[in-house]
Amino acid sequence: MDIGNIPQTLPRYSTTFDPHTLAEIRRAAATGIYDIRGGGAKRKLPHFDDLLFLGASVSRYPLEGYREKCATDVWLGTRHASKPIHLDIPITIAGMSFGSLSAQAKEALGRGASIAGTSTTTGDGGMTPEERGQSRTLVYQYLPSRYGMNPDDLRKADAIEVVIGQGAKPGGGGMLLGQKISDRVAQMRNLPMGIDQRSACRHPDWTGPDDLEIKIEELREITDWEKPIYVKVGATRPYYDVALAVKSGADVVVLDGMQGGTAATQDVFIEHVGIPTLAAIRPAVQALQDLGMYRKVQLVVSGGIRNGADVAKALALGADAVSIGTAALVALGDNDPALEAEYNALGTTAGAYDDWQEGRDPAGITTQDPELAARLDPVAAGRRLANYLAVMVLEAQTIARACGKSHLLNLEPEDLVALTMEAAAMARVPLAGTDWIPGGGRV
Amino acid sequence: MAVVDLARTSRRELNRALHDLPADTNETLWRVENPAGQHALAAGLNAPVTVEIAGHAGYYCGGMNQRATIVVEGNAGVGVAENMMSGKVHVRGDASQSAGATAHGGLLVIDGNASARCGISMKGVDIVVKGSIGPMSAFMAQSGKLVVLGDAGDALGNSIYEARLYVRGAVKSLGADCIEKELRDEHRAELRGLLDAAGIGDEVSVDQFRRYGSARTLYNFHVDNAAAY
Repeated sequence: MDIGNIPQTLPRYSTTFDPHTLAEIRRAAATGIYDIRGGGAKRKLPHFDDLLFLGASVSRYPLEGYREKCATDVWLGTRHASKPIHLDIPITIAGMSFGSLSAQAKEALGRGASIAGTSTTTGDGGMTPEERGQSRTLVYQYLPSRYGMNPDDLRKADAIEVVIGQGAKPGGGGMLLGQKISDRVAQMRNLPMGIDQRSACRHPDWTGPDDLEIKIEELREITDWEKPIYVKVGATRPYYDVALAVKSGADVVVLDGMQGGTAATQDVFIEHVGIPTLAAIRPAVQALQDLGMYRKVQLVVSGGIRNGADVAKALALGADAVSIGTAALVALGDNDPALEAEYNALGTTAGAYDDWQEGRDPAGITTQDPELAARLDPVAAGRRLANYLAVMVLEAQTIARACGKSHLLNLEPEDLVALTMEAAAMARVPLAGTDWIPGGGRV
Repeated sequence: MAVVDLARTSRRELNRALHDLPADTNETLWRVENPAGQHALAAGLNAPVTVEIAGHAGYYCGGMNQRATIVVEGNAGVGVAENMMSGKVHVRGDASQSAGATAHGGLLVIDGNASARCGISMKGVDIVVKGSIGPMSAFMAQSGKLVVLGDAGDALGNSIYEARLYVRGAVKSLGADCIEKELRDEHRAELRGLLDAAGIGDEVSVDQFRRYGSARTLYNFHVDNAAAY
C-alpha cells in the first residue's frame, strides 16, 4: 500500500461546537459580556412554513381570482372603546421605538402604513410629531419605562397598547446603548446623554392582573373611554396570559412569538426564551373561546410574519390580524445587498446585519447618526413598505379565494394541514394525509 | 364651589365634568364627597382647578395630572399622582405603593407615610413626604427631587440616574449605585424651596438632611461591575 496516496479525511466541525459557537466562546472570553444584538430568533424553529393550505376541490368550492371579492378589513377594539379601529387590511406595523429607529424610518413606516390603510405603533421613547403626522392610525405604546409618556400624546393616539412583554424577550427590559443616545433621544427620555439606558422589565405601578385591570380603567378614564386598549404579551404561557389580559379588560390582545424582533437585547435571550409564534396561537384562541370572547376581544399575532401565506395561516389559526416589524424594516431597505461593501466593513454581510445597538446602520434605519439617517428617503421607503403590504394582502387573498373564502377572516383551521408532527401538535391541525392531531388538539 | 357626591354620581361623570372644563373656567374649586376609595379619581385633569377629595382615594388618584391641584383629605392608594406632568397633588394621610411613579413634573406632597417604591422611575417630579417611605423607593429614578422627613426603607435609590434624594431620618440601606453625597449650599437652597412649597416652616432645618444620588458607576455596562446587577 502506498502510504502517500491514502485519502485524507476532511476536517469535520462538531455540530455541538460549530464555528458560530466557537466564535461566540472566543468573543465572550475576549470581552466579558454577552452578545447584544437586534432582530429576532435566527435558528430554525417550527413555523408557518410547516403548514399547508387545502385548496378547494369537490368538497369545497373556490372563489374566482381577480373577479370575486375577498374582503380584507378588520375592526379592532370593539369591546369597550367608543372609537374602535377600522383597518383596511389585517396587517399592522408593530411597535418600534424612536431611538432604536431613526426619525426618517419612523416617518417612512407611517407613510407606508397610511397608504396601505393600516396602523403603526410607537415604541419605547414616546411619540414623535413625524410619526403622528404621517400615520393615519397610530397606536401609542404604554411601556414599563414610560419614557416620554404624557397625557397629551395619549389623547392624540388612536389606540393605547399596554406592553407587558415582547416575543424576543418575555420578562426582559430594553437596553439602548449609550452610543445611540442623541440630544433628542436623551431629552425625550429624561436621561443624560451617552449612558446605557436600561428600560424596566416591569411596570412601576402595577404587579398583577388585578392591578392591571385598575390601571386599564385609569387609562380609559384619562382618555374618556374612547380608545381601544391593547395588551401586548410575549408568547410564553399564552392560554393563561390571554385569559388574564381579557380579565383585565383588554379590548385587543397582541401576542408576540419568539421570532419577533427587538432593538437590542442579549442573543441568549432572543434564542432561548419564549415559544414559537406557531405554538402560541391556538392556546390563545382557546382562551378566548373558553371565555366566550373570541372575536369580541381581537387577537393580533406577531413574530416572524413574512408573506401573505404567513398572514393567511395566522388568520386561519384564529388571529384577527397580524403585525410585522422586522419584515417592515427590510421593506424600508434594511440589510439591502446594494450596501454589501458597507456591511462587510462592519464585519457582517447584507442579510445578517443585526448590531442595531451600535447605531452604525448603513441603511440609515436603526441609527441616530444624522448622516446615516439622512440616507433613508421616507417617501420612497414608505412607498416600498406600502407595495410590500399590498403584495402580502394579494397573496393572502389568493389563498383565501382558493379555500372558498370571501373574507380573509373566514379562513379556519380546517383549511390547514401540517407537514411535520411538531407543527401538527403546535397548530392543532392534522398531519397531512392523516386525520391525526398529536395531543388530541387540547390545551 | 361645585360639589360632586360620589354616593349619587359616578366616577365617570365626575371625571368627564372635570375633563370638559375649559382652560379659563371660573369653576375653579371642586369638592368630591363620599369618594369611598374609588380608583382613578380626578385622573387626567388639564385645567388650573382645585379638587378636594373629602376622604380616602383608591388607585391612581390624580394620575397624569396637568395644572390642577388635587387634595386628598384621607389616604391614597397605589400610584397616586402617577406620571403627573404639572400641578400639585397633596395627600393629607398616608400613600400606598408607587406614589408619584414616573411623574414628569409638578409637586406631590404626602403628609403621612408612603409605602414601597415611592418615586419609582421618577422623571422630573418633586415629591415631599413628611413621614417615612418604604423599600425600593426612587428605584431607577431619572430626575426630580425626593424629600423625606422621616426614614427610608431598604434599597433607596437602586439604579438611580440623576434624581436627587434628601432624607432627614435613617436610611435602612442604599441600592446599587446610590451613594451619599455632599450637601452643598445650592442643595440647601433647593431643599428649602421644596420644604417651603410643601408648607413646612423653619422648624425643620435643611441641615438635618443628608443627600443621596447616583455614583454613576453603572451608567455604562462593564463586566467588572457585574456583581452589582
